[in-house]
Amino acid sequence: MSKGFGSKIKNISDTNLLLTITIVVFFLMYIGAMIFQGEGFLKPQALFNILNANAALIILSCGMSIVMITGGIDISVGGVTALISMCCAVYLDKAGGNVAVSVLIAILIGLGFGLVQGFLVAYLEIQPFIVTLAGMFFARGMTTIVNTEPFNVSNEAFVALKNTRIIVPGMGSVNRLGNYVDAYVEIGVIVAILVVIVMFCVLKWTKLGRNFYAVGGNSQSALMLGINVKRTKFIAHLLCGVLAGIGGFVYFLHVGSGSPSHASGAEMNAIASSIIGGTMLTGGVGNIIGTFFGVLSLSTIQNIVSSAGLDQAWWTGITVAAMLCLFLVVQSVVMAVRKKGSVK
Amino acid sequence: MEDNAVLQMRNIHKSFPGVKALSGVDFTLRKGEIHALMGENGAGKSTLIKVLTGVYTKDEGHIYLDGHEKEVQVRSPQEAQKLGISPVYQEITLCPNLSVAENMYIGRTPGAVQNWRKMNKDADKLLKSLDIPAKATQQLSTCSLAVQQMIAIARAVDTDCKVLILDEPTSSLDEQEVEKLFKLMRDLRGRGVGIIFVTHFLDQVYEVCDRITVMRDGCLVGEYEIKDLPRVQLVSKMLGKELDDLSDIQGEYKSYERKEGELPVFEVEQLYSNAGIKPFDFHIDKGEVNGFTGLLGSGRSECVRAIFGADRVLGGKVKKNGKPIKISKPIDAMRQGIGYLPEDRKRDGIVGDLSVRDNIILAQQVLRGFLKPYSRAEADKIADEYIKLLNIKTASADTPIKSLSGGNQQKVILARWLLTHPEYLILDEPTRGIDVGTKVDIQKLVLKLASEGMSVTFISSEMDEMLRTCSRLIVMRDRRVVGELTGSDLNQTSIMSTIAGGDK
Amino acid sequence: MQTNETKNAGVSGFFGRMIRKQVMIPLAALLLLFLFNLIMDPSFFKIELGYNSAGNPVLSGFLITILDSGSELAILAIGMTLVTAATGGQDISVGATTAIAGSVLLRVLCGTNSRPETLQAPIIVAFLAACVVAMLFGAFNGVLVAVFKIQPMIATLILYTAGRSIAAWINNNELPVVSDESLTYFGEFIPGIPIPTPFFIAVACMIVIGLVLKFTNLRLYTQAVGINENSSKLNGLNPVFIKILSFVILGLCVAVVGLIKVARISTINYSVIAKDIEMDAILAVALGGNALSGGKFNMTASIIGAYVIQCLTTTLYKFQVRSDALPAYKAIVVIVLVIVSAPVVREKFNAFMAKRKVKEAA
Repeated sequence: MSKGFGSKIKNISDTNLLLTITIVVFFLMYIGAMIFQGEGFLKPQALFNILNANAALIILSCGMSIVMITGGIDISVGGVTALISMCCAVYLDKAGGNVAVSVLIAILIGLGFGLVQGFLVAYLEIQPFIVTLAGMFFARGMTTIVNTEPFNVSNEAFVALKNTRIIVPGMGSVNRLGNYVDAYVEIGVIVAILVVIVMFCVLKWTKLGRNFYAVGGNSQSALMLGINVKRTKFIAHLLCGVLAGIGGFVYFLHVGSGSPSHASGAEMNAIASSIIGGTMLTGGVGNIIGTFFGVLSLSTIQNIVSSAGLDQAWWTGITVAAMLCLFLVVQSVVMAVRKKGSVK
Repeated sequence: MEDNAVLQMRNIHKSFPGVKALSGVDFTLRKGEIHALMGENGAGKSTLIKVLTGVYTKDEGHIYLDGHEKEVQVRSPQEAQKLGISPVYQEITLCPNLSVAENMYIGRTPGAVQNWRKMNKDADKLLKSLDIPAKATQQLSTCSLAVQQMIAIARAVDTDCKVLILDEPTSSLDEQEVEKLFKLMRDLRGRGVGIIFVTHFLDQVYEVCDRITVMRDGCLVGEYEIKDLPRVQLVSKMLGKELDDLSDIQGEYKSYERKEGELPVFEVEQLYSNAGIKPFDFHIDKGEVNGFTGLLGSGRSECVRAIFGADRVLGGKVKKNGKPIKISKPIDAMRQGIGYLPEDRKRDGIVGDLSVRDNIILAQQVLRGFLKPYSRAEADKIADEYIKLLNIKTASADTPIKSLSGGNQQKVILARWLLTHPEYLILDEPTRGIDVGTKVDIQKLVLKLASEGMSVTFISSEMDEMLRTCSRLIVMRDRRVVGELTGSDLNQTSIMSTIAGGDK
Repeated sequence: MQTNETKNAGVSGFFGRMIRKQVMIPLAALLLLFLFNLIMDPSFFKIELGYNSAGNPVLSGFLITILDSGSELAILAIGMTLVTAATGGQDISVGATTAIAGSVLLRVLCGTNSRPETLQAPIIVAFLAACVVAMLFGAFNGVLVAVFKIQPMIATLILYTAGRSIAAWINNNELPVVSDESLTYFGEFIPGIPIPTPFFIAVACMIVIGLVLKFTNLRLYTQAVGINENSSKLNGLNPVFIKILSFVILGLCVAVVGLIKVARISTINYSVIAKDIEMDAILAVALGGNALSGGKFNMTASIIGAYVIQCLTTTLYKFQVRSDALPAYKAIVVIVLVIVSAPVVREKFNAFMAKRKVKEAA
């Protein structure tokens, strides 16, 4: 860091600094992809496809970020997503239910997990990791109890909803045959963007949101400043649960099937996205916009890896872990440098 | 009732299981004064403050605010704040990741929506009026510690506080920062706020305070105008020794003299660590007992920690029998034959869940190395031997050390170091918080060890003990060595005047 | 067990002392499970001597299954207990690193050819290679935890995610199959001995750890670091080293488990091998009465805990619970265990009991 730049950087908050890093990394990566991978990444639809495929992850990551900002963690979100997909699939297909109720089911399941886990973490003061690890195993196990075999949903109303494409005007491109193809996003993307906006506002402009930061920054101090720390933690887990419910349904809407192996590793992707997006594991620092770009960065790099010929499934896992490791180190280095600069 | 009193505490009693922490303490704070609350460890000042701020509930007594006849009840910290009693603690209780303005207003403004613009405007106004060099939008962790401390004060002041309690606010600040803080305090005094100032820096008391209340052993010693209480008097009141009867207790010790041609066992030059002490010189001879003395926080523990390698040593030389050695971590010191009984028994000494036996053999086991554990029979034998030797009262060697009384825990730690047969043993407050009988036992033991050729550094807050055991005292004030006393200088009067410094 | 019951009627002091022993927690759980099985279906306890396809005598029955398939868990419980004691956290990457160890083992055994006629290297060499790799991965986790101060569970989450992928990558995502019979000796039966080999391997591990705990200071150092890091430092210990060491030992355990797992089927399935075993291993430690927040530990109790978990698994299997659904039941057990042992709950419970006592007295 140069000196003139350094003094400017000093006055920016940790959250905004990490957010800037995230956004810069994303654009560099995307531009790099455009230059080296060419075509595929040049079309706007490439970006929209990333969004389509990751709408659910964006929502899950928002919940994860909120919990992580309060200094906790929730690794049950992947399992909850699988459970929701399976429950909704069974309800729609085998019980012939309607779509609106299935949305309600999804949210209720998420809410249930949030309630129980939040209570155990906040009021019984059990380590969030143990609680949500058990939550994850419970959700995965329940998924197979509900139904063991993966199957596609053929409920008409649902399929119609699943195939709804929202055209993005002016972003279309010409395909190989010379026809103009409109760019589109799925409904899930709209939901995801709404969630991002709402959660951003909650974190930025409500007392509750600021309490999340205070509790994560220093829960002892937060208590002294007159914040109800237990309730704040509880609400964070509750919100994460509800978002897992919404994200679970969006995931289901995208894949259109129920399977016990759905969303495997989603918790890890969500944690990685949050961390890449500038959320600190230690709590108190993070931003929903950053998380949004975190998801995009993560999937962009996955796309780069797979289009570079390394498309075997195992590369995905390794890439995610490597990115996570890298950003953890970057964070600790940046923070160490800042600390040295500010404490004299 | 005095007219301009903002706070009166009358006949406050508080006991904890087995300890009487406060007995019949009175305290009066007047409008627009800075009032120092002084006392050594265990004097009861922090208990008094916790009673006042609602952390503890008092057993007996009355608290009056603003000269009202009706007494007030303070049941929780929140209630205290509502009544206008605001504490600011040594460790900053703000959130480092939030902005300055948020730290000033979070948790105490109504409504669910955060109005950033109004908050920042209010904050900037307040910061400006108090002359605090910070911007509302700045992240707190980018401010210096002094500024953070001031922001905590600003928050307290803004809650319409009548009684501002500053609990050792200056202990992690440098001189310029302290100056800024004092300016703020004087400014607030001018506005009629009553400030209770707890500190262990004498210079600071005489710089800003108007009155001093001295406490000792849970009792009130007295309240004095600052001009009526010279420093030596203050020190003697804190330590509980009247100047008149000081001369009587001259030492029963034998003065120590180094034999011809013998080098000091350990010698340090210009040693200093990251714990904030100024570089110091020190040496100890074979069979000598010496001590570091000074008020709490004067840096006496930090010195011995630096010798033992417990803090990160930043510079200086260490010599053993004249040969230079390197000590960068405790195991180095242990290998050179140094043992260290730490000041904070609970945090740094005992390994709570382990048995008495394991606690005794721990240090020696580390010295012997990973592959040479004592067999169960050997460990039992050693444990029994030391339990008997030091008369440790425990149900068995298997009992977890945390269920022993403080004195017996201390003896176990002592046994741990005796087992390593050190050439040089550092005892940092070995007698704190333990019963009289054990105290005497430990003093006797120290003298016995020294007569057998062991070198001992003994640190204690109680001057009698130091005088009885040490043949040389290194006096510290404000984290630097200010004097060394031997022979006929070893009496309470000269110690106190050295500690107090300045006027005599 | 019966003698125990007859005795306690007369000597309540003896019984009281027994109850307070930590080993009693998993033993009581085991007893409960046995009792349940005895009532539901006594055939649970039947052991038969039969012959396998190769004509060798083998024992079979549910109890043998427990001893056999509990081996991996018991071995992992050893390492997990140490990690828990030293760091106050758990390693959730053990399943994934087992896959890595197994993959390395096969890679060395098979060389570049995924279906060799003969072994390309002696089993011992392959095993040692697996040990080295698993210990390195253990050290990686340990460094993240001890040096970078990342919570153990999050640090190990990295390998939990990437481990199976790394395992697949080691063998280019091929599934090497070993045709040589000698490998199966480690996972099934040695001709002529009717007891499954994994049990012997587990016993060997227990003996080794028993000797290590007896003839080194591992127990004292680990516990001291886990209980009071400050104090350990002032007594000359190096907490960073001790923590890394505990992860490296766990790595060694993982390598042994990798050997057994691979030997059982002579090949590997990257996504299934040692699946969900991390949960079982943590559960074993908790069921052994060890605090998951670290400190004192009881190795025997953990190992018995491991067999109790296996007994639970086998019992559930017997009642037609699918293997995929098992985690749901175990998760409930975990939650119940952590709730019961949560300090907040204990405090409330004690306060409640004290109140009752006061009432009774009045």
